[in-house]
Amino acid sequence: MAVRKHPYITTLCVLLILSGVSIFIGVGSLSWDNPNAMQVLMISRLPRTAAVLLTGASIAVVGVIMQLLVRNRFVEPSTTGTTEAAMLGLLAVAILAPGWPIIAKMVVASLASLLGILGFFFLTRRLPPQQPLLIPLVGLIYGGILGAAATFVAFQADMIQFLGIWMTGEFSGILAGRYELLWLAGGLAVIAYFTADQFTVAGLGRSASLSLGLPYGQVLALGIVTVAVVSALVVVTVGMLPFIGLVVPNIVSRLMGDNLRESLPVVAGMGAGLVLLSDIIGRVARYPYEIPAGTVFGVIGACIFLWLLLGRKSYA
Amino acid sequence: MISVNGLSHTIGPAKILDDINLQIAPGGVTALIGPNGAGKSTLLSVVSRQVPAQSGEVSLDGADMKRIDHAALALRMAVVAQDVGVASRLRIRDLVGFGRWPHAKGKPSPKDADIVAQALAQFDLTALADRFLDEVSGGQRQRAFVAMAYAQDTDWLLLDEPLNNLDLRHARRLMSELRNLAQNAGKSILIVLHDLNYAISWADHIIALKDGRVAFAGETQDVMTSRTLSALYETDVSVMAKDGKTFVWHHN
Repeated sequence: MAVRKHPYITTLCVLLILSGVSIFIGVGSLSWDNPNAMQVLMISRLPRTAAVLLTGASIAVVGVIMQLLVRNRFVEPSTTGTTEAAMLGLLAVAILAPGWPIIAKMVVASLASLLGILGFFFLTRRLPPQQPLLIPLVGLIYGGILGAAATFVAFQADMIQFLGIWMTGEFSGILAGRYELLWLAGGLAVIAYFTADQFTVAGLGRSASLSLGLPYGQVLALGIVTVAVVSALVVVTVGMLPFIGLVVPNIVSRLMGDNLRESLPVVAGMGAGLVLLSDIIGRVARYPYEIPAGTVFGVIGACIFLWLLLGRKSYA
Repeated sequence: MISVNGLSHTIGPAKILDDINLQIAPGGVTALIGPNGAGKSTLLSVVSRQVPAQSGEVSLDGADMKRIDHAALALRMAVVAQDVGVASRLRIRDLVGFGRWPHAKGKPSPKDADIVAQALAQFDLTALADRFLDEVSGGQRQRAFVAMAYAQDTDWLLLDEPLNNLDLRHARRLMSELRNLAQNAGKSILIVLHDLNYAISWADHIIALKDGRVAFAGETQDVMTSRTLSALYETDVSVMAKDGKTFVWHHN
């Protein structure tokens, strides 16, 4: 397979092709004879493509970080309550302080998802390590409970439609000026790349990390904060995109292992590529209407996830 | 020199270590023996600061362990834990390479690469170097973790039951390499062993634990006797000599 031999070049080529396709698909044509072409490009197409790439890359990166820190292949922020906790935070702001600027909402959502992820770590620390599948199961139940709480609050406050927006990741509303927070998520993913070795060592477990002189607590804290902030940013700007953070790291791990220094660029690229592909399919399938990218990938991702669960070899 | 003074440790209701006082001399192989649940692994993890000392003090060359920072300690002491169950999929070469991490901090020099290559060769892993950890056997994985600690090149090397899963050839080879490191490179080795024959054949010093206390400690030939071992394991154990070699017999 080409990915195995030239992982970086393959990833880059696929991303370039998909980005090209994404830029030229849409109701307004981008031909020379359209006087508004430049405007369409700068205000809608480029921002949308950038938003998709940033989202896909950063959620795949936090997915792999979370998997290394929890030391379990089957977790990601959207299956462990982190995303639901961010939604609860957003609901709280929407009800208690609706006038706050987007940045303040962002901070509250990040803090809420931080609490959510800490709750998940607290719960899973008590689970027996011999039962690796218990961790994702507990995560799903925990996320379900938080999600139910969010639905209840939203229902009482007549805000169900907000919840709907946050729960379905989609990019149709992305215009210049409405997605720039995602650059922050991208920046965090880049920072994660510079600490890739630390996360790889942390993935060997606490004991090996301490023996190698890694400040394990600090790396854990850095990882948790990165995961929480990126999850919150993505929920606030585009909504929840399930399975990307789960499926992509698993595929890349099978192809090239878990040495993040090597694999993180491919994880980011594959995440970006898959979300972009889902977005393109969503835009073309019922043209000129759109299907949310989150829904498209929900279908693809669920199938890949089942295949990973059932078709895995001896390693988990 | 590692000194342990008045160390006690409880986990839940169980008193695992009870007022341990010990000196572990540098330069030599010290074997930690004792029945299951005697506190060997706990002692090793407190001495290596994987677990903080609850009461009492552990010092390394006169300095309180608590005051040595992580990065500095990793240059002086390497630890191979008993449970190396790993979820991550690393190539064996990369894993052993992480043994150089405390020195290189992510920028390995040619010297680091040489040490890694030598560690791979030393533990018979060169042919497996590009395999992933989850694609090799338990014994091979165990050897990879020992090789990582070896590549860390510290004065102290602490190993918790490293012979688990190892076949006779590789177990012997590991013990002889540890012995060689102690004798010729001045390294100090503390190793938890279950097989008394490995202890009596390769260790210079013995520390025997029972019920969280030191049952006996000293030079191997002085303290490993039929009487002390029988009492330690509450089983008839005889120490015999044949052709100038001593060995331990406890089968019928």
